[in-house]
Amino acid sequence: MNPLTDITLAHYLGLSAILFMIGVTGVLIRRNVLIIYMCLEMMLNAANLALVSFDRFQDTGGSGQILVFFIITVAAAEVAVGLALIVALYRKLQKTDIAQLAGLKF
Amino acid sequence: MEALIFWIVAVGVTVSAIAVVANRNPVASALCLATSFIFLAIAFLSLQAFFLAMVQVIVYAGAVMVLFLFIIMLLDLKAEEKRSISWGKLALLIVLLVVPLAVFQQIAGEVNEETEVLSWSENQSSLGVKELGEALFQEYLLPFEATAVLLLIATIGVVILSQRQATPKNHAKGSETS
Repeated sequence: MNPLTDITLAHYLGLSAILFMIGVTGVLIRRNVLIIYMCLEMMLNAANLALVSFDRFQDTGGSGQILVFFIITVAAAEVAVGLALIVALYRKLQKTDIAQLAGLKF
Repeated sequence: MEALIFWIVAVGVTVSAIAVVANRNPVASALCLATSFIFLAIAFLSLQAFFLAMVQVIVYAGAVMVLFLFIIMLLDLKAEEKRSISWGKLALLIVLLVVPLAVFQQIAGEVNEETEVLSWSENQSSLGVKELGEALFQEYLLPFEATAVLLLIATIGVVILSQRQATPKNHAKGSETS
């Protein structure tokens, strides 16, 4: 079995793992709230990719795709609320650097 | 053919995802994120999840990215562009990427034993829009309705969060600008 031409479940899971780790790294090393938020979205997408590939390669009867559909819906709602929070914070403090947003009370 | 699409998608997703993290300019980061979403949609297509590929493009590359770009324009992020990349953090990035991949290599070897290669023509679990809709409205009706409530709550929450506070100080500031 040639790993370059025969694409298996493991290939897609590997891509998903790489994408997830890039997202984790972004959350850890970036300081801007917005960029951190984008990296969170990237991690959600990595999970989606893993679910869809499991649905394709194992016989799950489509429940993997349904789950991804719900994840996308929830992620859209989450982005709207999160960005509204960021805007509210920025309006109050004029800052987007998480080092300056370390407290809970403003 | 599947292999070619997979490798194009893999390289595209990885490069654009790294560009999101490494870019100094938030607008460029957002556009790289949109690119990686579109590559993921291509991956969904090659996994025969056609409806999800469309949803990915419409919801993520469309709605979510427009929201991000609006917020980036709304906030003033000039200071972010001037900051330089710290090499220690880049080293952390490389370690974070390499260590889990080494662990993953072990797991992938075991998974590889069990799964077979599926070609495009083997239409094993083709889930069209019709089947997906039937599943959503029969088996998954309750979660589906729950997401409707969730979206309503999120909408109300966003409206409340983004209105200006009615305290005297902020009110004065708001009436000045408007």
